[in-house]
Amino acid sequence: MRNPLSNVVVDIQPSGIRKFFDIVSEMKDAISLGVGEPDFDTPWHIREEGIYSLEKGRTFYTSNAGLKELKIEICNYLDRRLGIQYDYNNEVIVTVGGSEAIDIAIRAMVDPGDEVLVPQPSYVSYVPCVTLAYGKPVIIELQEKNQFRLTKEELLSKITDKTKILILPFPNNPTGAIMERKDLEDIAQVCIEKDIFVISDEIYSELTYNGDDHVSIASIPGMKERTIVINGFSKAYAMTGWRLGYAVGPEEILRQMIKIHQFAIMCAPTNSQYAAVEALKNGDKDVAKMRESYNQRRRFLLNAFKEMNLECFEPFGAFYAFPSIKRFNMTSDEFANRLLAEEKVAVVPGTAFGDCGEGFLRISYAYSLEQLKEALGRIKSFVQRLDEQNK
Amino acid sequence: MREKILESIEKNARIDLKDLAVMLGISEAELANEIADMEKEKIICGYHTLINWDDTSEEKVTALIEVQVTPQRGLGFDKIAERMYNYSEVRAVYLMSGGFDFTVILEGKSMKEVAQFVTERLAPLEAIRGTATHFILKKYKDHGTVLVKNNQDERMLVTP
Repeated sequence: MRNPLSNVVVDIQPSGIRKFFDIVSEMKDAISLGVGEPDFDTPWHIREEGIYSLEKGRTFYTSNAGLKELKIEICNYLDRRLGIQYDYNNEVIVTVGGSEAIDIAIRAMVDPGDEVLVPQPSYVSYVPCVTLAYGKPVIIELQEKNQFRLTKEELLSKITDKTKILILPFPNNPTGAIMERKDLEDIAQVCIEKDIFVISDEIYSELTYNGDDHVSIASIPGMKERTIVINGFSKAYAMTGWRLGYAVGPEEILRQMIKIHQFAIMCAPTNSQYAAVEALKNGDKDVAKMRESYNQRRRFLLNAFKEMNLECFEPFGAFYAFPSIKRFNMTSDEFANRLLAEEKVAVVPGTAFGDCGEGFLRISYAYSLEQLKEALGRIKSFVQRLDEQNK
Repeated sequence: MREKILESIEKNARIDLKDLAVMLGISEAELANEIADMEKEKIICGYHTLINWDDTSEEKVTALIEVQVTPQRGLGFDKIAERMYNYSEVRAVYLMSGGFDFTVILEGKSMKEVAQFVTERLAPLEAIRGTATHFILKKYKDHGTVLVKNNQDERMLVTP
């Protein structure tokens, strides 16, 4: 029999998180700070709308690009929150989570051999998606000393004449880094000069804690026409399981994305789309409440790190902190595995998000105060024990 | 800041002040002062424990009583309310809009005890025109807390 498999797919490394997940699931009483989703339930009025849509028998396909009503609400929302205007008819697509949007945006724009810049540490799917599109992922290793923001110099150093796209994953999973307007202006200038397109994954846009609202690179003059903005409902409205995201951008690119989506997916789940309309119409206060709650826990976590002498830059976005464990002379993997074995606390090694995550851990604070306290207490005794041994 | 403090301690009055100060980004002393001030100003009127009495062996019945009154000269709503809320059995008294005037929440050991209170104490008050007593059969949610649900974290342990 011939080899049934595609070499391109076989060569893709499975996500490092998966490996760790298998170990953790074996353990009965482990506490996890390793989850990449909100701890809130979807607000009830949104769930109600989803239930109501089922009761009404709205169980059919929607148009490929999504419900008109939802596309209009997405445009209203982007105008209201980010100050960018899109045409609901031609510049919006509703997708199965932000992850589908990432995939089809890359596939719509990449030809074999095109280089796609992927800043890391970052979400696990960018590199495989580029590979599956026969593009060439080029990693930009972000630096702790820059608070894991992307700098103009880092960007320039990786640009070749094959560079076509920059992935911009901010607010960032796993580091919690954000890009402020001045940072984005630097990046925008380079992109315009070098004629590079941007796929800006802004799924955590509602979760920033620097006192300012998130800024989208698409709102910087000259960028809207070369940017695909990806967002969704998972993080802002605690709707991960509904699998609903969207992308907005220039019609020319969107048309091709819709084509892939039409053949691969058909349309996003109908009842999720109805629930999402309610989320955008009446969900702002829920988002504000959740944001405040994350922010309080973020402060609590950072303070606990300080007390146990665990070095960590202040993350202003998402719901992750990315402390450094370099002083313990262990790899992230070793540290995470020992922490799990000795204290039964699961955190994700930074290396799951790229090689330059070595020396760091991703710790999620989407947990109740009680859970955080318990887990941090255990991490503290682990760290103290390591310090004793290293004396 | 006051609103944020109140929102937090309304949900959990027993939260460690040190933790709360960290979470709100203020000093512990500042937090303690603010709370003390609000206690003095009677913005914070007390600290209670939310108990699901149904799960204890203690027999308790709670009744919600709609009360209609006729305010009289020199005896306005406030005065009538005072005559009712001073009874220790009365848990709450609210002035209402709509079809009746007051809601009185009453707690007793038995239905008989509650009935007795209504007929012997409330109904004879001169200003009271009528009462309608409703017994509470089951509490699902109280003070914003769902009493019947067990909160389990159903998320997978590790996700990207």
